[in-house]
Amino acid sequence: MSKEPMHTALVSPKGRWWERAHATEKVWFGIAFGWCMVLFAMMPLWHWKGGQNPSGIRRKVDPAAYEARVQQFVQDYKVGELKGIPVVEPPAGSDVYLLGRMWSWYPVLKLKKGVQYTLHLSSKDVNHGFSLFPVNVNFQVVPGYDYGLKIVPSEAGDFGIICNEFCGIGHHMMLGKVIVTNEDGSMPGEKTASATEVR
Amino acid sequence: MATVLDRPGQPERADAVGRLFRTCSVTGLRLHGPAERLIKANAVVATVALLIGGISAILILLTRWQAVHLLGPVQFYRVLTAHGISMLIFFIIFFEMAVLYFACGPLLNTRIAAPKLGWFNFGLMTLGAALVEAMIWTGRADVLMTSYIPLRAHPLYYLGIILFAVGALLVCAQFFATLAVAKRERSYEGSLPLVTFGAVAAAIIAVITLLHGAATYIPTFLWSIGLMNVDPQVYRMLWWALGHSSQQINVAAMVSIWYLLGGLTVGSVVLNEKISRTAFVLYILFISMASAHHLLVDPGFSSSWKVVNTSYFMYMAVLASMLHGFTVPAGIEVGQRLHGVTQGLFGWVKRAPWGDPGFSSLVLSIVVFGFVGGITGVTIGTEQINIVVHNTLRVPGHFHATVVSGTAMAFMGLTYYLIPLIFQRKVAFWRLAQVQPYLFAGGMLVFCVFMSFAGGFGVPRRHWDITFSQAPFEQAFDPAVDAVMGIMALGGLVAALGGGLYILITVWSVFFGQRFTDEERLCGAKGLPQGLVRPPRPVTVEDEVNLPNGKLGHAPGTMVLVLIFLAAFALYYFANWKLLSFVWKIG
Repeated sequence: MSKEPMHTALVSPKGRWWERAHATEKVWFGIAFGWCMVLFAMMPLWHWKGGQNPSGIRRKVDPAAYEARVQQFVQDYKVGELKGIPVVEPPAGSDVYLLGRMWSWYPVLKLKKGVQYTLHLSSKDVNHGFSLFPVNVNFQVVPGYDYGLKIVPSEAGDFGIICNEFCGIGHHMMLGKVIVTNEDGSMPGEKTASATEVR
Repeated sequence: MATVLDRPGQPERADAVGRLFRTCSVTGLRLHGPAERLIKANAVVATVALLIGGISAILILLTRWQAVHLLGPVQFYRVLTAHGISMLIFFIIFFEMAVLYFACGPLLNTRIAAPKLGWFNFGLMTLGAALVEAMIWTGRADVLMTSYIPLRAHPLYYLGIILFAVGALLVCAQFFATLAVAKRERSYEGSLPLVTFGAVAAAIIAVITLLHGAATYIPTFLWSIGLMNVDPQVYRMLWWALGHSSQQINVAAMVSIWYLLGGLTVGSVVLNEKISRTAFVLYILFISMASAHHLLVDPGFSSSWKVVNTSYFMYMAVLASMLHGFTVPAGIEVGQRLHGVTQGLFGWVKRAPWGDPGFSSLVLSIVVFGFVGGITGVTIGTEQINIVVHNTLRVPGHFHATVVSGTAMAFMGLTYYLIPLIFQRKVAFWRLAQVQPYLFAGGMLVFCVFMSFAGGFGVPRRHWDITFSQAPFEQAFDPAVDAVMGIMALGGLVAALGGGLYILITVWSVFFGQRFTDEERLCGAKGLPQGLVRPPRPVTVEDEVNLPNGKLGHAPGTMVLVLIFLAAFALYYFANWKLLSFVWKIG
């Protein structure tokens, strides 16, 4: 095969350039393609076997209606107040409603470790970012959309909710709270009868 | 470089047109005067945008570095808006316009179509950019670059973006028209050079991107003056169809520049036109899906939609980047071996012209883009892994590695060749120019890696005060975060110094730089990169005896390097799945 010499990428290739690639290029193509398939397969696989997925129950909602639902939720299960914000302790397994608004998370949630809840997230005004600290779980909170996520708190303690989507000039003041108690309602560090017994 | 007015073999062209050309004595390219002037104008405005964005960057850095905490909240978010827009939109797109003119005019040996339209476009883009900057700096657009509605900016802000985008779209049209002119006037033989082919891919993606931009900003403009409603979730989807696709223009342009710089600096070759071109076509086909990986934890989309789209339809665009990631370094390796640098596996690395800022920028751009930007990007853009990443500092940690250390670094490297080739000046402060790529890339590397670390602790991006001093509750990050953010800031400052040097060198060279003669050039006068002093000679078939032909092919060194890359990729990817498995059960 009489062939053209190799050329730089600044040169117009003459004649037919649709030529067989060298074996090593084909090998790399094969490896890269296989790797891309692995990358792709991991996502459905994790939906099937993994414990953390952003699927959720998703629906459109009127912001005012959602706010009313949150107020109802607060009224039903309010157990106290922290810095003027109601603390709400819903029954195990129930739906939990959290409202993002300029510039607070409403209300403070009190949950139990190891119990599944459906956490609803939505916004009254602009986009907010739900970022659970220090677990580092992050979701976008969009006005007009209700994002219902099944969550199971796996440790007891105090958790913060940072807003990590810019929502206006008071963005950095927007910090909420989730309190997770042990199964028996105690906080970590508190000695309870059952805890001592186990020991 | 001497100006040559005669045009042998082109009698059909009128003298008046012919006189507009000069022939570059280094590359043999015929340069069209109006094209050159448009390249210069766009490059100059790009540099102004870089300066505004760079000063903003330093201010942001000194604020997020909690020990300094320079700006107040209002100024911080304002400067952050200006930084994003000036860098990611104005600097990069103006520079890309210059690259488009270069890739269609000189590289195809032709005149550019409708030069006057070029000036109209340039005027429109500059006007749009000025309007946007004015709105931001007067405090009428504190909405950050993404301007997620219902956050509201002044209508003129959106209008400015629209004018800018229309101008850019018209430049793409002019680019395609020039391709048609070149074809009709038979200014080149055979197919388009690969660099131009890559630029065509970039221009096609640009058209797709700008149409999405129109679909985003025209309704938003109407919304801002009260004429229509826009759904916030639909806005996010459309905005990212613009926002991410525009990054793919950058990638296509950057990869084209990789091929270009490889050829100019060390005579790197195209191993296989089919593979490289197919990879560019994959970019075009699968790019518009890219908006999805910004919406992975959004409420508006189902998981199946997210999985299909975020993987750019099974990662076909990632495949394209991995192909270029092999063919570009392999082209450099083979090019060097053909020119007689044959020692061992890595002799071509050792004996490469590391003192040529064009070459060092090229390599640093490939390495940081691939190892940091690419690996982190694919990983954090995975549907579930995004749960532990979304809107933390890991996101800017990723994209500064792609768009700054990758794209901007490649642009800088190209500039060291454009200054002598287009502006016909020596590069000023040559010693500094030789150091500049290392400062910039080294600083950015530290900055990106440590920013990602901080993000791993859950530190949010776009946040004025992570001590939460004005919040109702107390909240403190791990004390390690202070140190990590401090190192990040130092890396950023070093990179800013590198960026500042770049601006100093280019502005000085263009406005006060020395002209040079061909004799000076061939004697290796200071201020000229080695690719001009000793242009790599075209290779012949006989040179191929220099090529190794073992199991690892013609480019054994590159084969080893890409396997190391793959190992790093797999390690990082699966480590992130492991990390994800530790958090609360969510579904």
